[in-house]
Amino acid sequence: MPIYLLLLPILPLGSFILTFLFGKRLGRKAHWLPICAVLSCFGCAVMALLDVINGVTINTDLYSWISSGSFQVSVGFLLDELTAVMLIVVTSISTLVHIYSVGYMHDEPGYYRFFSYLSLFTFSMLMLVLGNNFAQLFFGWEAVGLSSYLLIGFYYEKESAANAGKKAFIVNRFGDFGFSLGIILVFLTFGTLHYDQVFAQAASITDQTFPVFGMVFDLPTLIALLLFCGAIGKSAQLPLHVWLPDAMEGPTPVSALIHAATMVTAGVFLVARCNPLFALSTTALNVVTMVGAVTCLFAATIALVQVDIKRVVAYSTVSQLAYMFMACGVGAYSAGIFHLFTHAYFKALLFLGCGSVIHAMSSEQDVRKMGGLKKYLPVTYWTFLLATLSISGIPGLAGFFSKDAILAAAFSSPIGAGKIAWFVGTLVAGMTAFYSFRLFFLTFHGTFRGTEEQRHHLHESPATMTVPLILLAVGAVSAGWFCIPPILGGHAPWISFLAPVLGEPGEHLGHATEWGLIATSVGAGLVGIATATLLYVIRPEIPDRLRDAWPKVHSWLFNKYSIDELYDGALVQPAIRFSRKVLLHVVDGKLIEGVVNGIPQAIGSFGERLRKIQNGQVHTYLSVMSTGALAVLIWMLVR
Amino acid sequence: MIPVSWYLTLAAILFSIGVYGFLARRNVIIMFLSIELMLNAANLNLVAVSHYLTDLRGQILTFFIIAVAAAEAAIGLGIVVALFRNKATVYADEIAQMKG
Amino acid sequence: MDTAPNFILTPLAPLAPELLLICLGLLLVVVDLFLGEKRHILPWLAALGTLTGLFLLGNGSGHFSDGLFGGMYILDAYSLFFKVICLIGVLFTVMLSVRYLDTEKMHQGEYYSLLVFAAVGMMVMVSAADMIVLYLGLELMALSVYCLVGLLKSDSRSNEAALKYFLMGAFSSGILLYGISLIYGMTGTTDLQLISQRLTELNLADNTLLFIALGMVLIAFSFKVAAAPFHMWAPDAYEGAPTPITAFMSVGPKAASFAVLGRILLSGFPELHVHWGPLIAGIALLTMATGNILAISQTNIKRMLAYSSIAHAGFALLGILATSNEGVSAIMNYMLIYAFMNMGAFAIIIMLNNRERRGEQLKDYRGLAQTNPVAAALMLIFMFSLTGIPPTAGFIGKFYLFLAAMNAGYTGTVIAAVILSAVSAYYYLRVVRYMYMYDSEKGEAVAMSPSLTAALIFAVIGVIGLGVAPGWVLEMASQSLPALAQ
Repeated sequence: MPIYLLLLPILPLGSFILTFLFGKRLGRKAHWLPICAVLSCFGCAVMALLDVINGVTINTDLYSWISSGSFQVSVGFLLDELTAVMLIVVTSISTLVHIYSVGYMHDEPGYYRFFSYLSLFTFSMLMLVLGNNFAQLFFGWEAVGLSSYLLIGFYYEKESAANAGKKAFIVNRFGDFGFSLGIILVFLTFGTLHYDQVFAQAASITDQTFPVFGMVFDLPTLIALLLFCGAIGKSAQLPLHVWLPDAMEGPTPVSALIHAATMVTAGVFLVARCNPLFALSTTALNVVTMVGAVTCLFAATIALVQVDIKRVVAYSTVSQLAYMFMACGVGAYSAGIFHLFTHAYFKALLFLGCGSVIHAMSSEQDVRKMGGLKKYLPVTYWTFLLATLSISGIPGLAGFFSKDAILAAAFSSPIGAGKIAWFVGTLVAGMTAFYSFRLFFLTFHGTFRGTEEQRHHLHESPATMTVPLILLAVGAVSAGWFCIPPILGGHAPWISFLAPVLGEPGEHLGHATEWGLIATSVGAGLVGIATATLLYVIRPEIPDRLRDAWPKVHSWLFNKYSIDELYDGALVQPAIRFSRKVLLHVVDGKLIEGVVNGIPQAIGSFGERLRKIQNGQVHTYLSVMSTGALAVLIWMLVR
Repeated sequence: MIPVSWYLTLAAILFSIGVYGFLARRNVIIMFLSIELMLNAANLNLVAVSHYLTDLRGQILTFFIIAVAAAEAAIGLGIVVALFRNKATVYADEIAQMKG
Repeated sequence: MDTAPNFILTPLAPLAPELLLICLGLLLVVVDLFLGEKRHILPWLAALGTLTGLFLLGNGSGHFSDGLFGGMYILDAYSLFFKVICLIGVLFTVMLSVRYLDTEKMHQGEYYSLLVFAAVGMMVMVSAADMIVLYLGLELMALSVYCLVGLLKSDSRSNEAALKYFLMGAFSSGILLYGISLIYGMTGTTDLQLISQRLTELNLADNTLLFIALGMVLIAFSFKVAAAPFHMWAPDAYEGAPTPITAFMSVGPKAASFAVLGRILLSGFPELHVHWGPLIAGIALLTMATGNILAISQTNIKRMLAYSSIAHAGFALLGILATSNEGVSAIMNYMLIYAFMNMGAFAIIIMLNNRERRGEQLKDYRGLAQTNPVAAALMLIFMFSLTGIPPTAGFIGKFYLFLAAMNAGYTGTVIAAVILSAVSAYYYLRVVRYMYMYDSEKGEAVAMSPSLTAALIFAVIGVIGLGVAPGWVLEMASQSLPALAQ
């Protein structure tokens, strides 16, 4: 096994431990070790990619952690095309976010803690993508969840941040419950947790069924859907999307790294990695596609009216993740991973741009109080513009190629939900362009609407923040060039590169259809941009009139379809009421109180009585001992 | 010739006396003496069986036991001397500082 | 002519580690007389000697022999494994002692010398193939430890601990010897392998007297491993002893006694498993229950760890129950893991020990996370490991023990063990709660010393390392076993 593969998880882990333990003494220098570590990781990832390009794939067990009979939990690495892509995404974004944080977190208390958590996250994410078995995947899955929880709640004195951390944690438990059931079912079915062995046997389980509570389920569908539960939770798809917008309470670099570029895409990675399992069940693929399509539309509509700069981008993330699931659902895994790749750059750029704006605005996040920032933040302005163009699908930029690949795949897909996915995808492409430019115009154009004091403090961010922005802008522009479709004169090397893991899409479209699709999606994007320009630059009074004309629609969207309220009303409040009334008075008063306090108390008082025997007198000890000895001897005699 | 079972019975009696003395007496010195009785019961067993089986192992073990018992007694008395300096007592029931 | 010395020395060559340590023990006492003010080099001398001993052990690992001194002394992988544990225990103890003896103003050559002799005793014990050698090793170990416990001569608690330990230890030796003499009387031998043979040859498997003799041996070793109801000496002796010695007692002698118990029961009396199996199950249950339950009501952390050590002995007994290679390798694995995590916890206790406070009360740990985050984090790891939370080594240790007992059919016992293990979380995590949830009364910095730091690093590497990568130890342990189950 090449050494870089070992270094990949070890460097960030070591950096986490050292920074966590000794970072306090380093003060404002605490970032050096994590940055060096993650930069070296990026180097390792590049070496890994080069090796993979040269045809080296590695699948090896480092050692087995627990082995007992057939139950084997091992730590091992799988390096193939998919892993290599993920490694590049994770390490490059992580590096840039680390550097950016030096400027962004400059005045924060707990500076070293922040960097140590970032390292912990990088370690967990690398373990997640590098693992060659489901157990390690699960470990990484939970570990990224933990570091996400720690980072969302970084400002733990702030109640909303602490609550957001908790919410993310609890909502993810629902998904992870299904996910762990899925892994157990995989083990029960295949007798192993190693990807290669599971996937090799995958074909043998078609048409098998599995009974649950008297109902009989199709086994491949059940496995795929249970695994998908985990993906829904981690990648914030309906109905478990509620945690992601709240997670914006965390520091902005964290939002860029974890809640846009890497961790939330773990769900897509999971589906892509398990594509041999998903391929067995059309039902599961349809479910994945439909969840993607519904979430895509749903999140985009909410993003239309939000006023918190980070929340707009957060809903946009949910919507873009849904694109990736649509791609996976229609079997175009490499298109999904391609969108994951390009999205990582332009979305990280958007978030970091937001961070730069928030930094300049003295922590103001409401776009209604911004405006006209163009002249104060030139670098942020131009990079943000590139990201916005990219996400809007303007030809030539990264977002265009990946979105186009997904839409083409959806249109040509044989599965039922394919055409729906295409329609929703195209519609949302227009909406995406609209809300992205709305955000852009509200923030950077027009007149400044904030306070005098805020205006006084406006400044471009330091170089540690702008340089990552510029580098990400390069990615947001050029990341798409790896997969220029043949119709536009490219070779799409991306697809053939990932084909050994993800397979190649079977359907090919005619030239005319393909041109038509490109024209439609670009057209939708342009319409979106034009509308945004009309509403927020040329006739800025129209939005208010629209809002007054349809107050219901607006408040519905503004309140995010009241999903949070629905959950609160239907689940959280009843649970709290139930726990207050029933649990607190009846169960807690007697039962829980009895169990939680009673057992330790009972044990304690039993212990107190036992302690009386241990009274310090040698002869008491001797008599206990002799009684014991006598008992042993009598037992031996009777036996 | 005296049958081996007589020796064994004597040893058993000796052992029981030792155990009784150890459990019943409070004076640490007497307790040491009781332990010696127990050890000697084992010695008696070993020597008798060794003679009966004409096998030397038992007698070898006896020699070792006698030597170890001497060392044990020395250490035990050392501990009692240290204790006596601090607490001026040799009665086991007067030392119960640690308990619980 | 020059073959003569070879003839004498050749049989001794495999004994090099033991001989080296005997010389070291003698050297330490003698050197102490001439050192005067330079006594602080004694621990380094002892550590160096122990390390050399470990090195020699590793060196000799290829040359096993099951018939030194007329078959009385075995060198096999099984004994080697336990010898390594014992020497690791000694090494830790020496590293912990430097700082402790400084605070207590007790620099003595005999301290280290006795420690080394105790190690020799343990090494002889685990290599014994004959009851005679076994007895000698046992007594060498026990006598040294009696002295060590009482070495704080002016401290009445140390005196009391030594007296209690000595009285009960001597009583149990008496019982052991009487048991041995009865076994000798019936089988005509003291050789463990021969005993096993004679049992079948002479058709003794139903002999009542033999059961009584076996019962006596079991009682004696239950005493040595502090299994209930023969554990009564342990809390007092552990509390009163100098803290490094407490750590040592809970690791070295315990591991050695388990090794011997394993060898006697599995190599001497395997046929009688139906008789001693349920007995050990009962003792294990009682031990786990007593240890865990009594630990809950302790406020002195040293005493709490004493009860915890009793509880862990109960867990380890599960491995003996299993009567399989799986079970014995689980015990070996567990003893190694336990050495690391327990030594680590004691190192923290010693770290907090200074002239004003002894670092022994639970309240001394209030707010440790603020005053000394590194120490708190380490203590957290050790407490997690003692509780058995993954990915620490403690989890692995318990997992394999429970698994072995489960596979041997003791499901009920294992369920009880799991429940009691959950109970143990209550008192281990209470230490964590004190460190992290309460504010410190007075923020005083804790002074470190190089040897203590080294011990802590060593321990935490062991706990995490064996938790994350446990495979090789288990493999080594199970490879060493065919020699035992003959």
